[in-house]
Amino acid sequence: MGLRHTHNLAAQRQVVVTGYGAVTPFGSGVPAMWQALLEGRSAVRHSPMLSEIKGLRTTVAADVPEVDARWIDRKKRRYMSKMSIYAVIAAHEAIQMAGLTPDALQDVRTGVCVGSTTGSTCEIDHLFSEVLKDRNIEGVKSTHFFKIMNSSCAVNLGQALGIRGRLLAPSAACATGMIAVGLAAETIALGKQDVMICGGADELHALTVGVFDTLEASSRGYNDRPDMTPRPFDRDRDGIVCGEGAGIVVIESLEHALDRNARIFGEIDGFAMTGSPGDMANPGIDSLVECMEMAVEESGLGKDQIGYVNAHATGTLRGDVAECEAVEKVLGCDIPISSLKGHMGHTMAACGVLELIATFLMMHNDVLLPTRNLQRPDGTCGRLNLLTAIDRRRVNAALSNNFALGGINSAMVIRRSINDG
Amino acid sequence: MTDSEIIELVNQSLINEFELDPGAMTPDAHLIEGLGFDSLDFVDVVVVLQQAFGVTLREEPRVREVRTLGDLHRLVIEKKRELEASQTGSDSAGRAG
Repeated sequence: MGLRHTHNLAAQRQVVVTGYGAVTPFGSGVPAMWQALLEGRSAVRHSPMLSEIKGLRTTVAADVPEVDARWIDRKKRRYMSKMSIYAVIAAHEAIQMAGLTPDALQDVRTGVCVGSTTGSTCEIDHLFSEVLKDRNIEGVKSTHFFKIMNSSCAVNLGQALGIRGRLLAPSAACATGMIAVGLAAETIALGKQDVMICGGADELHALTVGVFDTLEASSRGYNDRPDMTPRPFDRDRDGIVCGEGAGIVVIESLEHALDRNARIFGEIDGFAMTGSPGDMANPGIDSLVECMEMAVEESGLGKDQIGYVNAHATGTLRGDVAECEAVEKVLGCDIPISSLKGHMGHTMAACGVLELIATFLMMHNDVLLPTRNLQRPDGTCGRLNLLTAIDRRRVNAALSNNFALGGINSAMVIRRSINDG
Repeated sequence: MTDSEIIELVNQSLINEFELDPGAMTPDAHLIEGLGFDSLDFVDVVVVLQQAFGVTLREEPRVREVRTLGDLHRLVIEKKRELEASQTGSDSAGRAG
């Protein structure tokens, strides 16, 4: 995001990425995620929790292996559900990488923008099914509400890091993560903050899986073969597999990064959002096209400079086709495209950021990752250059998509660092 | 429930809820300065002990006088005995009626 377009309010200051962190179904840390993605592994497993739910037809999920959160001070941790713990662990990694000092974190020019799809579903479940089951509030603890607030992840990060600047908590269902990064980038571009710790986090609960199952959008034909699903773009795809985790990036103005001699990992050059008012559950192709077009335009890059598309593609029958049609209209058929949902499912509010991090790593390592489980491309998706194997090539800029139920679309153009060889 | 059983259950409930060191659970331990409790912890002490003992502490004025773990032990023992007495009384009244 920079100075290229005078009509753009956000075109004030260049925004760069200086740190990233992750908690994924592959475990804690970006290295664990990246290694698994490189090896083409699946994190989708049988879920005993889902098997206990009557009427739920999906029994597979991409949950996070148990994390050690004891290092987080109890008085901070007592307000945290799993999603906030994931966010804090991921933020810790991102901040370490960025080399931000405690003084920098506590500067009023440093803010947080982290969202989740809802407040803690696990805590809401516990509260209503156990604590309040007799319609008596005497069992409610002082910390319950702080876990179910929509802003829970953001404020818990704020408390854990000592943040004195802006605390933003956008919530936009599955597009929450990218939108959090986009809004944070605009905050910096507008000069309101110098540094933002931003991203998304979510925790797995049967309610989330049940929503997709109810909408006939969850994968249910691979319960006995979890690693075979989801299957974005594949003709045998049958829906979403829900996951959990957190993706956090540290972004800052270019001047701020240069002033403190930070290593710049990449740039955020364009961000756009559109709404799809026609349907709550299915994105309109025109609004997806407009979203991608606007993100590319804001980046100031020519379409021929975009070398890869990281698709939102979750493995649903209609969503994948709509995205393919929209990408074809914006960037043509030749551009390499893949989705990472086949590896680690749909991590909800985390996915947009985890996929941005992975895309930065692809550019950094001159390697494009394929879509796992894409074996026989669907004919209606097949005109595109759908990656089915690792593609070693240099890419300088990429487009990433992140769409949501409710008709919220987001797209971001990112670029490898100018210092990146 | 004997007094020592009540003390043991109070200690174990607090250790579990607040991740306390069992070695620090001495009667003279100050709840704020020794065990590190803050105002929100006191809210949860009441919730946890109400659930553990079936007593009502939320509106109990004596809670505000508690300073040490020993004070808390004594209050819970008193409340437990009051509860038992009221239950015995109502049982007797029930039989008399």
